[in-house]
Amino acid sequence: MTTTEARPVAPPAGSEPEARRVRVLSFSQKLSRWDLKFSPFLYISPFFIMFAVVGLFPIAYTAVISFMDWDLVRNEGEFIGIGQYVWLLQNPHFWAALRNTFSIFLLSSVPQLILAIFIAAMLDKNIRAKTFWRTSVLLPYVMAPVAVALIFSNMFGDNHGLVNNILTDLGLPAVQWHKEVFASHVAIATMVNFRWVGYNALILLAAMQAVPREYYEAATVDGAGGFRQFWSITLPSLRPTLIFVIITSTIGGLQIFDEPSQFDNTGEGGSAQQWLTISLFLYNIGWREWNFGRAAALAWILFLIILVIGLINLAITRRLVRDEGGRGVSPLKRGLFKKGAGR
Amino acid sequence: MNTRAFRRSAVAVAAFSATAIVLAGCAGGGGEEPAGDSDEPVTLTIATFNDFGYTDELLQQYMDEHPNVTVEHTRAAESGDARSNYFAKLGKGGLADIEAVEIDWFAEAMQYSDMLAEAPDSVKGRWLDWKEAAATDADGRLVGFGTDIGPQGICYRADLFEAAGLPSDREGVADLFNGDWENFLDVADQYKEATGKPMIDSANSVLQGIVNQIEYTYTESDGTVIATSNPEIENAYKLVTERAIPNSAYSGQWSDDWFASMANGEFATMLCPGWMLGVISGNAADVTGWDIADVFPNGGGNWGGSYLTVPADGANVDAALALADWLTAPEQQMQAFAAAGTFPSQVEALESDELASATNEYFNDAPTGEILSTRAEAVTVAPYKDASYFKYHDALQNAVNRVFDGVEDEQTSWDTWVAEVEAF
Repeated sequence: MTTTEARPVAPPAGSEPEARRVRVLSFSQKLSRWDLKFSPFLYISPFFIMFAVVGLFPIAYTAVISFMDWDLVRNEGEFIGIGQYVWLLQNPHFWAALRNTFSIFLLSSVPQLILAIFIAAMLDKNIRAKTFWRTSVLLPYVMAPVAVALIFSNMFGDNHGLVNNILTDLGLPAVQWHKEVFASHVAIATMVNFRWVGYNALILLAAMQAVPREYYEAATVDGAGGFRQFWSITLPSLRPTLIFVIITSTIGGLQIFDEPSQFDNTGEGGSAQQWLTISLFLYNIGWREWNFGRAAALAWILFLIILVIGLINLAITRRLVRDEGGRGVSPLKRGLFKKGAGR
Repeated sequence: MNTRAFRRSAVAVAAFSATAIVLAGCAGGGGEEPAGDSDEPVTLTIATFNDFGYTDELLQQYMDEHPNVTVEHTRAAESGDARSNYFAKLGKGGLADIEAVEIDWFAEAMQYSDMLAEAPDSVKGRWLDWKEAAATDADGRLVGFGTDIGPQGICYRADLFEAAGLPSDREGVADLFNGDWENFLDVADQYKEATGKPMIDSANSVLQGIVNQIEYTYTESDGTVIATSNPEIENAYKLVTERAIPNSAYSGQWSDDWFASMANGEFATMLCPGWMLGVISGNAADVTGWDIADVFPNGGGNWGGSYLTVPADGANVDAALALADWLTAPEQQMQAFAAAGTFPSQVEALESDELASATNEYFNDAPTGEILSTRAEAVTVAPYKDASYFKYHDALQNAVNRVFDGVEDEQTSWDTWVAEVEAF
């Protein structure tokens, strides 16, 4: 729409040198110049206005509240400086939450990506009832996270949970899912993986399908086996997509909330903060203790953590895909020739 | 909110409601405010949690008596959910016309009593003194309609007691537990010796039972924090960690495992406020053998109980006050008691024959009305719970959880709790 509307006014721009000679512009000429200059900004402005209202403003407002002793109900506060930040950084719960967040993040993201690539590779093969399989991997993603958490919490019950029942039936010791730090992280990571593997698999599948089939044909002619083809063709061409998936799952993983909060009935993250995550801690400070100043400060700390991790991510991925990211097929081909044709 | 304007309208509300009660059912209540016209069709929303016993039939009864009123009832699963919702919206709009508030966070709500509509004068004095006093703010405004209270007895499995060689009839069990908490835990030791199983459902319910018998637990009335220096709390913690934990099946209540366990005989007793009867019969419907004894360690104890409040910025404050009044009137409290075991807090209901003769089929036809009435009379202390009560109590419960789970030993866990309290 916007481009077709913009086009008709474009010709005057072509006659600009002439306009410059005349120096005096008619009003309609001025109008069309302005149109050319400002219309694009006008057309994209709704997003930025929306972003300023629902994105920037809350972030800035949170920063203001984080320096205040805030009463949510009366919507008023008293300025108290950086006290909330100091309190947080001295609080052992915060450090436990930080540890848990990263631990759960690693336990979920790493196996999740490996599994997603594997599933995507399977779906990329010429199998029967493709659409059925592709749709069904997305099903867990459609389920509400709280529903997933409820079902899994039931499975990971310490005494009557399905998993422990099976373990004890097999003569193995029951795992104390709600007592041991690592066990609780595994249980929570399982829920996360269940929900997100299919989603990531579909994104990776889309990327895989974009790989020209000739490469595989050429590789087959060259005598490369399935694994070799996957390793030398599929994986390298997935890199840009993998970066996207890694960054989104990093952000999601650092903000993990539903699963740990539903993991037991109190939602406090365990008696000794075994599975307290930063978001859960944030929620508890805010909605359990009504201390919105501290919660806002923690929100900002979390924001900064994500920012730092994001920058590290960017730096690493930039090095990894220095000559490949988003430049179409040619660098891809280069990679292929290097690895495939060299054989 | 403009308090003066609010006060004025509150007086009008009070005056109007008083008239409305006199003219109950009649048309044309009049008054200066057109919104209060009783003929005007009005939809009232009421938000509760758990089970208040406000059945569809009960609400339908009100709608039949007031044809212009439609009542919509929403129920949160837990009081914690209701609490978040309540404070997020209080003063900003969006709450139901009538909101239920649990006693544990009622003190928090009372901080904002100026945002709640005042109950009409006509209802004053109909509740137990301490129930009503807790809902009256410093300015003398009554802003909560008391619903139920939670006098506790002891629920026990008669069949398991018999198997353990303990008395199993109601009177025998009452004699057995008659005494202090030490005595209660002695019996638990005895039970464990005989059966090898824990007698108590959860260690934290014992803690809760003890804490609810202490007037000043974590803070003094002037706000001084005594949580970690209060010898009563320290003793309670010691008693629970040393003696209740080895005798308890679970650390805390309300977990999936705990719910499942009510049916399978993992433990034999529970501390039972009236509302707990519904929880047990609901989760262990097929089990026979549950009974309730007219006794409680160390005298009486009240656990839980709620209030109905009417946010002052609601659209139908007058009509909501009338409904809250009706719901907490003696007859309706009795109906709620019959439906969910929520024990009435109204003097008149407590004295009624209906209550005295109430029995519970599931609990071996126990005269629950009579038993809980005696238990209510035995309550001598109304614990002081200020706005920070939740924070302290949650942390202390976690200290017990850590010992139960073997994450930390008794002393370490106490030190952790002290450190936590200092960090607040």
